[in-house]
Amino acid sequence: MLKETIYSLKAPYRDELRISGYRFGQGEKAACIIGSIRGNEVQQLYVCSQLIKALKELEAHGSIVSGKEILVIPSVNHYSMNIGKRFWAVDNTDINRMFPGYDKGETTQRIAAGVFEEAKEYSYGIQFASFYMPGDFVPHVRMMETGYQSASLANLFGLPYVVIRKPRPIDTTTLNYNWQLWETNAFSVYTKETDDIDEISAKQAVSAVLRFLTRMGVIRYNSHSGYIANVILEDELTSVHSDEAGIFHRFKGPGEEVHRGDVIAEVLDPYEGDVISQIIAPTEGIIFFSHKKPLITQRDIVCKIIRRLHE
Amino acid sequence: MIETVTSVKLPVDESLLIQKNRMEPLELTGREKRMTIVTGTHGDELEGQFVCYEVLRRIRENMDCLKGIVDVFPALNPLGIDSITRGIPQFDLDMNRIFPGSQEGVFTEYVAAEVVNDIAGSDLCVDVHASNIYLREMPQIRISENTATKLIPYAKLMNVDFVWVHAAATVLESTLAHSLNMMGVPTLVVEMGVGMRITKEYCYQLVDGIFNVMSELGIWTGEVNPVREPYVSVDEEVGFVNADASGIFVPAVPIWSYVEEGGHIGDILNPLTGLIEHRMEAPCTGTVFTLREYPIVYHGSLIARVLGGVKIC
Repeated sequence: MLKETIYSLKAPYRDELRISGYRFGQGEKAACIIGSIRGNEVQQLYVCSQLIKALKELEAHGSIVSGKEILVIPSVNHYSMNIGKRFWAVDNTDINRMFPGYDKGETTQRIAAGVFEEAKEYSYGIQFASFYMPGDFVPHVRMMETGYQSASLANLFGLPYVVIRKPRPIDTTTLNYNWQLWETNAFSVYTKETDDIDEISAKQAVSAVLRFLTRMGVIRYNSHSGYIANVILEDELTSVHSDEAGIFHRFKGPGEEVHRGDVIAEVLDPYEGDVISQIIAPTEGIIFFSHKKPLITQRDIVCKIIRRLHE
Repeated sequence: MIETVTSVKLPVDESLLIQKNRMEPLELTGREKRMTIVTGTHGDELEGQFVCYEVLRRIRENMDCLKGIVDVFPALNPLGIDSITRGIPQFDLDMNRIFPGSQEGVFTEYVAAEVVNDIAGSDLCVDVHASNIYLREMPQIRISENTATKLIPYAKLMNVDFVWVHAAATVLESTLAHSLNMMGVPTLVVEMGVGMRITKEYCYQLVDGIFNVMSELGIWTGEVNPVREPYVSVDEEVGFVNADASGIFVPAVPIWSYVEEGGHIGDILNPLTGLIEHRMEAPCTGTVFTLREYPIVYHGSLIARVLGGVKIC
């Protein structure tokens, strides 16, 4: 293992920003794995740390395939993480909306360019990501529909679901999208948490990446075969909205099966405690995403359901 | 007449209200043209607040001159304005990156869709922005090159100092202006001033332009102040100055000054050592139309933009 600073930036009042990369093996650029790009992605940082720990052991046992190189970048924006911010603290820009970056541009464009310069040209790119809507997901692999995506490769992570998202204009500046444009097979791995650590889904994510790298001939590692994933188009998920605002009580969470007419959640009057709305499942299926916060705004998404899928 | 365009209940005893003021002629014929003025998409941009006030004040004082409909939206992001937040509080995405919105999306996307539906059918829309808290901008209109032919004639009426025709970018396809232009509502994006402040002379300048274009559209028959002819530029003419060091930026020139190539724009200072970290110089000869307002800079922070080869100040 070789630890190096892949990008650094001097600050007027703080210690230098150092973005670290861990290289395992030597040779062909096989896989690049990136952890936290936003300051609240603690779970993503944790997953990466566990992955680096596992890869160190595998390398010590000669289990990195000869001629293959893996680069792991556990954290890009710890400057924000250290002060409790999600985005770049100076101007609140999102580094994950700055790719492929521009080395003569604004600060976060330069950071993105510096990271992308190291992260591109790998055969496989894996990012531990978080979503713009706060809530819980079933662990899954997500890909952008760019025309270069390969759902069959995503299946090799052995996670239960592969989601394909039709990119919107704002997605065109994400790492995942740009990796694909630069001919890297790009995957975003979503676990259950972001701000907090969830051990179970973190272990699941580490195993999934090790399984994938094994199947791609990058490492040698014996593991459970995992799932044969259901491939889902994001646009085909059924969104269930809240018709009221107030205190949110959830009865069904991610991964749980619901039937048409089931009460998924209820909304309480925040002053008097009465139930002012019951959120009813409009279809049968598996809950894929679920609102988690204790308060809910009218028209917020309570959950997204994979229709007509059963446990 | 003040109307609530859409509302969404917030968790505890409050609703998010998107309101507009519709000014109509005293006698309606049913054939009136309609103009919409929107601002407050970014909660830290306040120049448009005074523009809205002044437009409504002038109309109110001369109602007999109003021959069309003027819709004024002071705050597309009222929660942001009220909390000094650029974006929508508790929402990751910039509001000007979620248009045309969606009835199926989260509540912010629903609000965006309702706003677009309400503006649809306008004969012209003016979307007033105020840079951000870091940069001051001279009054300008920005137009994507694929809408330039249609929009430049309107832009020339608006009394701004110049019009910047910039390259199309995929990420900008989710702005309010792009969505409206694609729906057939000519929409001009004004950038002027600086975040969290109101620059009255810029506001008066723009309001004169708004009444000029209203007059051209037959919406206003009252007196109109003379307007200036803007310089129309393309991307190739704009030189960018980005910080080459981190520290405190102190400008050496005011905004809207003419500089020679290599001329002194300002310095990045180190308050701990007392040294100049970097001397910032103009990349080309021309007019400074963007200048750093917020002093703390990192490597890459935008310091200035220069309209190359042009002396219009």
